[in-house]
Amino acid sequence: MGRAGQYAALLCYLVFLAFPLFWLVSSAFKSPQELGTVDPSWLPQHWSLDNFRDAFDQQPLARSALNSLIVACSAAGISVLIAVPAAYAMVRYRSPVSKAATGWILVSQMFPFVLVIIPLFLVLKNFQLINSLFGLILVYVVWNLPFALWMLQGYVRAVPASLEEAAAIDGCSRFRTLVSVVFPLLTPGLVATLMFSFVTAWNEFFFALVLLKSPEKQTMSVILTHFLGDEGAADLGPLAAAAFLATLPSLLFFALLQRRLVSGMVSGAVKG
Amino acid sequence: MRRRRFLAAASAALAAPSAAALLGGCAGSGDDGTLDYLSLAWQKESMEANKALVAEWNKRNPNRKVRYVQGSWDTVHDQLLTSFEGGEAPDIIHDEANDLTDFAHGGYLADLRGLLPAGLKQQIPQRSWDMATFPDDGVYGVPFVQEPRVLIANRKLLDQAGIRAPEPERPWSWPEFEEAAKELRGGRTFGVAWSMKEPVNQSVNLSLTTGGAVFYQEDGKNVVRFDEADSYVSEVIHRQVNKTRTAPEGSLGMGGSDTLPGFFSGRYAMVPLNFSFRQQVQQQAPDGFEWVTLPMPAGRGGGAGTDAGGGSGTGRAAVQGVSPQTLSIAQDTERKEDAMAFIAFMTRPDHMARLAKGDWMVPTGTEALRDPELNTARHGWRTGVHMSSDLRASPVLGVRGYAEWMDKIATPAFQEFYSGGIGLGELRDKLVEDGNRILARYQR
Repeated sequence: MGRAGQYAALLCYLVFLAFPLFWLVSSAFKSPQELGTVDPSWLPQHWSLDNFRDAFDQQPLARSALNSLIVACSAAGISVLIAVPAAYAMVRYRSPVSKAATGWILVSQMFPFVLVIIPLFLVLKNFQLINSLFGLILVYVVWNLPFALWMLQGYVRAVPASLEEAAAIDGCSRFRTLVSVVFPLLTPGLVATLMFSFVTAWNEFFFALVLLKSPEKQTMSVILTHFLGDEGAADLGPLAAAAFLATLPSLLFFALLQRRLVSGMVSGAVKG
Repeated sequence: MRRRRFLAAASAALAAPSAAALLGGCAGSGDDGTLDYLSLAWQKESMEANKALVAEWNKRNPNRKVRYVQGSWDTVHDQLLTSFEGGEAPDIIHDEANDLTDFAHGGYLADLRGLLPAGLKQQIPQRSWDMATFPDDGVYGVPFVQEPRVLIANRKLLDQAGIRAPEPERPWSWPEFEEAAKELRGGRTFGVAWSMKEPVNQSVNLSLTTGGAVFYQEDGKNVVRFDEADSYVSEVIHRQVNKTRTAPEGSLGMGGSDTLPGFFSGRYAMVPLNFSFRQQVQQQAPDGFEWVTLPMPAGRGGGAGTDAGGGSGTGRAAVQGVSPQTLSIAQDTERKEDAMAFIAFMTRPDHMARLAKGDWMVPTGTEALRDPELNTARHGWRTGVHMSSDLRASPVLGVRGYAEWMDKIATPAFQEFYSGGIGLGELRDKLVEDGNRILARYQR
């Protein structure tokens, strides 16, 4: 395949990926009549903000977005803070325990949500953490942690142990070695794990649905279902508008951090 | 330096929400004596009506306030099941009678018999109370709105084909309906589009029009049968899709909303939908599009036989099964009297009519049904109100194991049958033999 073919394939792939988002944005600005037509236009014939106004009128979108942001940022941050030293220890200090822990991480990913939800509900209830954003954050941290650990292990393993030995010969303490040598090299891994944890928590629906009952505590993923009725009926315009708004933080998060993902890949790897 | 700034900023960004969350979590809503009302209202007018009534109640009753909690039709069963198991269920629950059976059997819902005020009991006909009466004759919900399935038709196409729209008082028989669909078929236009993404409820509920029920009681146990009266309507649909081609096969995989664009473009002349879909039709229809709400075809409604479809024109009945929306009280609630007082307030005739209008549905109360705004030809309201006296409890109400039968057996079997993948005999075998094995497990 020539270069032109590669570009064409890449373009097709990009269109394939971007089309749902494009259609969502287009639908968010269409009138109910345009949404109900059998020959939809690519772009709205009459751009309108009515769907956004209706979405905000009908549901507490701003509040739910703030809740989602609090929960997703906190869960992502705490997961990474815990996962970094744990992953480092599991890679650098190989033992039967670390092997068993790695196996357990894989097994834990196979549990379906419905299997754990009722015991989890009862545990959180005992700690009075039902209907609490903090309770939900704890759940997300626990749920994200295995995968975050799994991801970070790969990045830690990619850091040559010889660099740490060199730092030690140069007189660096263990802590200084971690801060000055290892962590900078882990930046892309940290960013990737942070993104993964953030997006998982931002999109999560079932735990949020079950654990948060007050309208003022509910997250955006739960609020989106309120635009759906029985037997597949849907308030399509406001739903599209709200769904579009719900995708923005993830997009912004990626836009802000993706450069860090790439630039950190080689920083500090070569000693001059 | 830049890296340090980045890490510091990231730490601060992460720490601030964490702290806020901790504070928020600690504050919690707590038990401040407010009753939680889980509402499934989702249309704008319906939510406005519910919220306005809750506000009015709270103004009048500052010592027994109610908090409006928004739920969702898609997820209400899972949400309630977990809440019941965890002892954290909302005090007042809006749901569908269809969904109450297992909760009532599980002891999660309060039996309302000793709580119902006489006025409320009298204003709702017994046939509606039957729809929320489950094990041991307990009443587990107040049925307050319901909806028949109706035919929404393109007025222009009916006129062009010279077809007289049937009046609510004299619906088409099933053979007349099939004939009308044939006359409306032409070019790219199909006579009718059956949206069968969820085929079971409508197949079972419409079987009542021809004297069927699918679910029967034998020796005190629920059993499935699929005899001629039960299968008549399903055969009509199968015939229209596979033989006369008056209905498109493509619509079988659609939900109700999915058929509307084709309906507006003239591709489908009629769409059988729940009564409340009129709201979407009215909202999405292009300017100048004329639509009309027709009653579903009627059959013998009680007498099976070769003429179950009501072809002779005698003894025709428009009965069909429905599962009304209900208001229930959680068994764990300590303030059941307060919860019932709120339900009685919400279902006062004028309030019930207001909620019904918001939902584009039909109220169950006899006095609410007399509301002038519901007795008008505009948007087909009169058709629904007239049909309300012919609505009966869906045969699936109170049947334990129905959900499993529907998911594992009936949904795929009906979908295969309607698309022509299997014949009537095979459908019957699956529904009855496999189905009864499931029901038996729940009735040991």
